[in-house]
Amino acid sequence: MDTPISWIKAYVPDLDCSVQEYADKMTLSGSNMESVTVLDKNLEKIVVGKILKIEKHPDADKLIICQVDIGTETIQIVTGAPNVSEGDMVPVVLDGGRVAGGHDGGKNPENGIKIKKGKLRGVVSNGMMCSIEELGSTRDMYPEAPEYGIYIFQKDVKPGDDAVEVLGLHDAVVEFEITSNRVDCFSMVGMAREAAATFRKDFYPPVVTKTGNDEDVNDYIKVTVEDEDLCPRYTARVVKNIKLAPSPEWMQRRLAAVGIRPINNLVDITNYVMEEYGQPMHAYDLDTIANNEIIVRRAKKGDKFVTLDGEERTMDDSVLMICDGEKEIGIAGIMGGENSMVTDDIQTLLFEAATFDGTNIRLSSKKVGLRTDASGKFEKGLDPENAMAAMDRACQLIEELGAGEVVGGAVDVYPNPKEQVRLPLEVDKMNALLGTNVSKEEILEYFDRLDLEYDEETNEMIIPSFRQDLGCMADLAEEVARFFGYDNIPVTLPRGESTAGKKPFKIRVEDVCRDVAEQNGFCGGMTYSFESPKVFDKLLLSEDAKERQAIEISNPLGEDFSIMRTISLNGMLTSLATNLAHRNTNVRLYEFGNIYIPKSLPLTELPEERMQMTLGLYGDCDFFTLKGVLEDMMSALGLGGKSEYAPTTEHPFLHPGRQANVTLDGEKAAYIGQIHPEVMDNYNMKGEVYVAVIDMPVLVPKATFDRKYEGVAKFPAMKRDLSMVMKKEIFVGQIEKIFKEKGGKLMESFELFDVYEGNQIEKGYKSVAYSLTFRAKDRTLEEAEVNKIVEKILDELKNLGIELRA
Amino acid sequence: MKERLEAIKKTALEKIEQADAMDSLNDIRVSVLGKKGELTQVLKGMKNVAKEERPVIGQMVNETRAIIENALEQEMTILKKKLREEKMKKEVIDVTLPGKTHEKGHRHPNQIALEDLERVFIGMGYEVVEGPEIEYDKYNFELLNIPENHPAKDEQDTFYINKEILLRTQTSPVQARIMETGQMPIRMIAPGRVFRSDEVDATHSPSFHQVEGLVVDKGITFADLKGTLEQFAKEFFGPETKVKFRPHHFPFTEPSAEVDVTCFKCGGKGCRMCGGSGWIEILGCGMVHPHVLEMCGIDPEVYSGFAFGIGLERVALLKYEIDDMRLLYENDKRFLSQF
Repeated sequence: MDTPISWIKAYVPDLDCSVQEYADKMTLSGSNMESVTVLDKNLEKIVVGKILKIEKHPDADKLIICQVDIGTETIQIVTGAPNVSEGDMVPVVLDGGRVAGGHDGGKNPENGIKIKKGKLRGVVSNGMMCSIEELGSTRDMYPEAPEYGIYIFQKDVKPGDDAVEVLGLHDAVVEFEITSNRVDCFSMVGMAREAAATFRKDFYPPVVTKTGNDEDVNDYIKVTVEDEDLCPRYTARVVKNIKLAPSPEWMQRRLAAVGIRPINNLVDITNYVMEEYGQPMHAYDLDTIANNEIIVRRAKKGDKFVTLDGEERTMDDSVLMICDGEKEIGIAGIMGGENSMVTDDIQTLLFEAATFDGTNIRLSSKKVGLRTDASGKFEKGLDPENAMAAMDRACQLIEELGAGEVVGGAVDVYPNPKEQVRLPLEVDKMNALLGTNVSKEEILEYFDRLDLEYDEETNEMIIPSFRQDLGCMADLAEEVARFFGYDNIPVTLPRGESTAGKKPFKIRVEDVCRDVAEQNGFCGGMTYSFESPKVFDKLLLSEDAKERQAIEISNPLGEDFSIMRTISLNGMLTSLATNLAHRNTNVRLYEFGNIYIPKSLPLTELPEERMQMTLGLYGDCDFFTLKGVLEDMMSALGLGGKSEYAPTTEHPFLHPGRQANVTLDGEKAAYIGQIHPEVMDNYNMKGEVYVAVIDMPVLVPKATFDRKYEGVAKFPAMKRDLSMVMKKEIFVGQIEKIFKEKGGKLMESFELFDVYEGNQIEKGYKSVAYSLTFRAKDRTLEEAEVNKIVEKILDELKNLGIELRA
Repeated sequence: MKERLEAIKKTALEKIEQADAMDSLNDIRVSVLGKKGELTQVLKGMKNVAKEERPVIGQMVNETRAIIENALEQEMTILKKKLREEKMKKEVIDVTLPGKTHEKGHRHPNQIALEDLERVFIGMGYEVVEGPEIEYDKYNFELLNIPENHPAKDEQDTFYINKEILLRTQTSPVQARIMETGQMPIRMIAPGRVFRSDEVDATHSPSFHQVEGLVVDKGITFADLKGTLEQFAKEFFGPETKVKFRPHHFPFTEPSAEVDVTCFKCGGKGCRMCGGSGWIEILGCGMVHPHVLEMCGIDPEVYSGFAFGIGLERVALLKYEIDDMRLLYENDKRFLSQF
């Protein structure tokens, strides 16, 4: 909402603060300042000058030499402007002054342009005559300005006057962010009321007097509202003997300041009232209206209608139309029709000021594909009481400006007048909510400035109809807070029962996983939860893979963001590919993010959200680098040695010979592997990429941070090295399983120290060497005891065809 | 005899003084004090000495031995020190050579900001809770005073799965879920991912994170909200931080406010980051709307509460002076390893 300070001052004449103070205080009372445009920025030493004499420049065909009276003296100015004549009054910037921009209308420089006296082709020039663009404005705002050339004053001014003042440019326009609940503030009067209350100054809204001749409007027009639900109020008045003319300068200036181009008195009045009262109005040429009748009803599905911008639009049966006795003449609240529009030879005018259902206007405007200033206001849900006030204000301006003869009376279809809202004045409750101690008198003073009336008898506040946002004690408390000042509310901390701050166990586990990943060189990443359904093909998932059962977004940003992920790898692979494309070396990433598993499709209840920790890396690494990280993680979560790695081929996106499921107590907690070469191609990656995905819902309940001290070994250990030969296909995991099973309590640990294939070993076989450590907690072990255990292990190994190496 | 001892002593002491290596000192020890050494020889020759002189000579021998041993000891100490110093001279290193590290990973800046924020609120007795990212309309809108046909529910803002189920547009539904449990008092923060139908650009993302805060108890006031957020701002942004509460509107709080803090780059003087105003908007907040309390089964005549919502990315971008939101989701190592 743009508010020129001069316009606000028209209703709050005592407002005497600086622009900055105005913006700051209004912000603190609830109207957040978004920008300030100072209209006289960089306009310095600019006065009205009268051109006394014009001569040709002796050495330049396109230049002329003017003698200009600037009130105190006559100065010589050389110009190339084609449009000036002797006797013209023009804005003149004097030596050492400043203008906002160049005459080409390009972007104005931050500090404007400084003007100095100088010589033009040898002739002294002591200043510059200005175009409207040089004064920082445009022909849109000053329609009387010439298309090319110097601005020439068309009103009564005298040499030496402040030209900026005469043009009404000593002003600033403050743009406020208005919250959706304050519909009343989308109007100058509403903002002025706020300003008056904020600065504790008197507020003088426009005084609207009775208008109209002694005819009866009902003789001119009949209005029927068929769809009352969408049109709570429809008012109409008639103006005859229209005299089109430019509107007065004060009105043009105010409209220009809020960015509306002045056109003629009729258009300007409707625009002016829309800005002043926040109520859009529409004008029809009464002579185009069949049967002198207005009917407000829903359109028929498929109706075609040409709006006054000349576009044909298709309606559906939820769009509200304004119709005459024969045809549709306007889309209610959005735009009028070409068939009833006001033209230059209008004789009689029908004014409409109505209120429509805000939601319907918003939806219709989307359906029709047309959003206008009017629909933007209507969709907020306007106060029906304001419609008649605006109508009367418009007619008053018609009479004041001599734009026509207002017919007496008004048509007012308002079947269910709005009921007055009354709220009890609960001073103690309001203070209790705010933590303040504001007196009843003070509160009543704030409320009085906001036009809230106090009914002493019932101890109730009478809420004016334009304050549609006030409906309960808390709403009134906010009004108290705004004018008491949010700043002045004390600063305390909640008392009462103390509570223990904590994180859920799940997040603690995640934090530990993050720590371990980072210690191992992994950086935390973040990817989107939605992705393309093409991901499944990229990951080589079969047509019937369960991952393809994904939740679809009904209104996605595009196919690439259209399904909720059921597998976390795509984000990771895309990120690794980005890094590879950027030639980053040795990249290790991890991510925490949910996958979304529907219980059934289409969705009837919320899906299961499973947190996944995804790790991915390339560069100086292999499968076992990543496996080591997982093992670190398990031991940090109190699960050291508990995870088992089972080779598998079930993950189609992984290398079939280099993938494993990781189980904890027999439950699948993760998978790990190298990315399949074909998937690498699909992501435009070369080399080897390893990934692991941990299903946190399985891991979290098994994790524990309980630790027990087990003592430091007091008795010596006994070591045995086993060097074995076995078929290549045998996994060392099988050997380790035997160690664990047969080693008993005395086996403290085992460590793989060599795996060898090649010379000296039969083809298809490999040599594997382990170092076993035995120890008893309470005594020194006997050689014989250890031998016995080793023999048991060897016996078991023999069953797998494993022999000690000769 | 005496003369011989004197001579041994003299020669030994001279040799010791001249020795410049540990080996020569050892040689001297052996040749003088050793089993076949000169002094031992003297002792062996005692049998030729008159009986009454023996104690005297014996003592002399011992004295001589002590003197020589002492001299040897001293010289050795000096020599050891000298050798050690020479060795250390050779061991001088260039301390300006680079240190040895191994490549470590880094937390995502968003996560760092989140953990900083959680730390502050956990310290104030808040519990961290989570809620679903795919949510019912009821929790995301209805219970938060955003009825059917409210503009906030427009498809242009919200991703829908179907009429009832959507991607949550805010973390506020967690408020409603926690209030519904009816366990009082409530002091919680709910961080999490939220979704809005915004095209990706430098300041927008269809997916981002919020941290929701909620306190409900008897006698909670707007002053408490101010105090809590002021304390948070000072701990999170620094003790010099000032806080400004501006009236605003949210459907589920009344009164509502937006909160600005003094710009953490310029300290409030005005700079490019804060657009010259000296203030940066960081969150929205307010007193829980009585109607919301009621819908969640809490009696607004008995309980009151406050709520706030912080845009995590916004805070992270500002705090780390990141100029493009897309960087947060690109996962380029050169970006991630700066945190």
